[in-house]
Amino acid sequence: MIAQIIFIIILAAAIYLFSKNAGKIRRNILLGKDLDLSDNPGLRWKTMGLVAIGQSKMVKRPLAAVMHIFIYVGFVIINLEVMEIMIDGVFGSHRIFSKLLGSLYGLLIGGFEILAVLVLVACVTFLARRNIAHLKRFSGVEMTKWPRSDANYILIIEIFLMTAFLTMNAADHKLQLLNYGHYIKAGSFPVSQFIGRLLPDNASSLEIIERCCWWFHIIGILAFLNYLPYSKHFHILMAFPNTYYSNLHPKGQFTNMASVTNEVKAMIDPSFVPQTTGEPGRFGAKDVTDLTWKNLLDAYTCTECGRCTSVCPANQTGKLLSPRKIMMDTRDRITEVGNNIDKHGKDHEDGKSLLDDYISREELWACTTCNACTDACPVNINPLEIITEMRRYVVMEESQAPASLNNMFGNVENNGAPWKYSAADRLNWAGEE
Amino acid sequence: MAEMAAEGKQPDILFWVGCAGSFDERAQRITRDICKILNHVGISFAVLGTEESCTGDPAKRAGNEFLFQMQALTNIEVLNAYEIKKIVTGCPHCFNTLKNEYPGLGGNYEVIHHSQLIQQLIDEGKLKAEGGESFKGKRITYHDPCYLGRGNNVYEAPRKALEVLDADLVEMKRCRSNGLCCGAGGGQMFKEPEKGKKDINVERMADILQSKATVVAAACPFCMTMLRDGVKLENKEEEIQVLDIAEITVRANGL
Repeated sequence: MIAQIIFIIILAAAIYLFSKNAGKIRRNILLGKDLDLSDNPGLRWKTMGLVAIGQSKMVKRPLAAVMHIFIYVGFVIINLEVMEIMIDGVFGSHRIFSKLLGSLYGLLIGGFEILAVLVLVACVTFLARRNIAHLKRFSGVEMTKWPRSDANYILIIEIFLMTAFLTMNAADHKLQLLNYGHYIKAGSFPVSQFIGRLLPDNASSLEIIERCCWWFHIIGILAFLNYLPYSKHFHILMAFPNTYYSNLHPKGQFTNMASVTNEVKAMIDPSFVPQTTGEPGRFGAKDVTDLTWKNLLDAYTCTECGRCTSVCPANQTGKLLSPRKIMMDTRDRITEVGNNIDKHGKDHEDGKSLLDDYISREELWACTTCNACTDACPVNINPLEIITEMRRYVVMEESQAPASLNNMFGNVENNGAPWKYSAADRLNWAGEE
Repeated sequence: MAEMAAEGKQPDILFWVGCAGSFDERAQRITRDICKILNHVGISFAVLGTEESCTGDPAKRAGNEFLFQMQALTNIEVLNAYEIKKIVTGCPHCFNTLKNEYPGLGGNYEVIHHSQLIQQLIDEGKLKAEGGESFKGKRITYHDPCYLGRGNNVYEAPRKALEVLDADLVEMKRCRSNGLCCGAGGGQMFKEPEKGKKDINVERMADILQSKATVVAAACPFCMTMLRDGVKLENKEEEIQVLDIAEITVRANGL
């Protein structure tokens, strides 16, 4: 009874804390500019199905794809087991599904155990890739101490959780064989029966081990849930909405700014009256709140895998630009803006901005807009749109484009071509052979 | 176009030459070759000539949305006045801008890139690879322009134009959606690159050399410039030719 009360308190606290922090992230995302992405739900569901549920963009790197599938499937399916643990915890029952499912239960538990082993294999491989093989993809200027530790913490926590799960089953299985107490027979435990050989034979020790692992496993999962909002691992939840709200246009298509259309139309035709007089706002993005909510959703979805940076032509040739850094900077800055609101109220100005304090101009100007980053992202994040928005601010609000680009602008404006040729010579190619 | 309109004629297609195709000496040759193909198959076409102006692509990618929309709205006015329905471009950047970004500003046209036109003509049997230079057995690789490939998912059309040659086609290590940019997009064509270890076209040269191709097929005038500079830097001008899909088609057909 006391155990049940403690369990309910822990569960309620974990859920409350998680909702509170997730709510803050939701609030932060909605600090971004409005954008209507309610169109075409059919295609959006399909994209989410393929890219997030079906992991279709992971296959470009087969080893990582297979290992990731182990952890992903393991995570989703072992959650069925977590449901049982929750019910047992609240009602004080033990393996409640075993009575309902009969022989199917043993099969399920067997499946979970095999998945748990695969998750362990994948986590160990991933740790080795990061810390022993030192894959280039996991380094870079933005991969400072915290992002590296974050990645390792996630993998280590998962290893602990799976080990606890298997040890719990091993002890349980041994108790079942001893016909001890309420430990009724519940399948063959294909993996943990081997671990059981390492455990003591004494029933009371086994019960202590079983209970400790049970509590460790469930408290660990609840703690992990509450770690997510602080971690890149939040992608396990955000990948779904983020792919649902994917860009459905061709990648080459950049947005046409409606605010600019109004001004340009008024310049061409002075009698033109714009249909909507929206808020004046600034052109382009200086800070995170000038970006759209989708850009900010992207930032919270990024799991820092570095596929974008590894295919970026600028990054590969040693330039400062790293699309992953663009996303991490955006997330860190919006988190900072959110924390400022919590601490100092809604209209607090900290004198900082995404431009210059986080992302330098040198990074912005190194981009070739080639879309390799957006193509590589397994969850359809778009770093290019953030780069473009910031270029727009630098060019249209500050007139601070590099001098050579200003020359190009001047040529387009005066000659209708980016080079210094006269428009009158445009047909000269036809005369030569 | 103005002349045709004065005679009350409407062309089947408008050939949007683009700034590089109009002014860049190397790209002018591609422009003339696209005209040769159009004439060869008897498609009636027109060019805007001095009425054509930059689509605004480089301004837009570099963040100057004002200048882009000034260009776009002016061009749309010209195109709509001539009641243009279909456009073929010689440049993936013009193609992308006209096709994707003009509709939102009132310019709705069917826009194709010249590699798609060539593919269509091959599919219709109007264009073969006969009567000209033989590419048989030549090792050819194709460099995907970003705004044709990743930007608009056009990967097959240019390859189709090469498949009819009976040549030894090889893909580079990074191709199709993994293709490496030439380094010119996003306004980079008009500025010095930022500080780094090397230039992007030099990085791309490694892929070209590794493919051991003697012909690099391009489909974009900016890629053409960057790839040729890369070949020059490696002193491989004798061994490696960079040719546009249109030029290869013209040569293979002896036009």
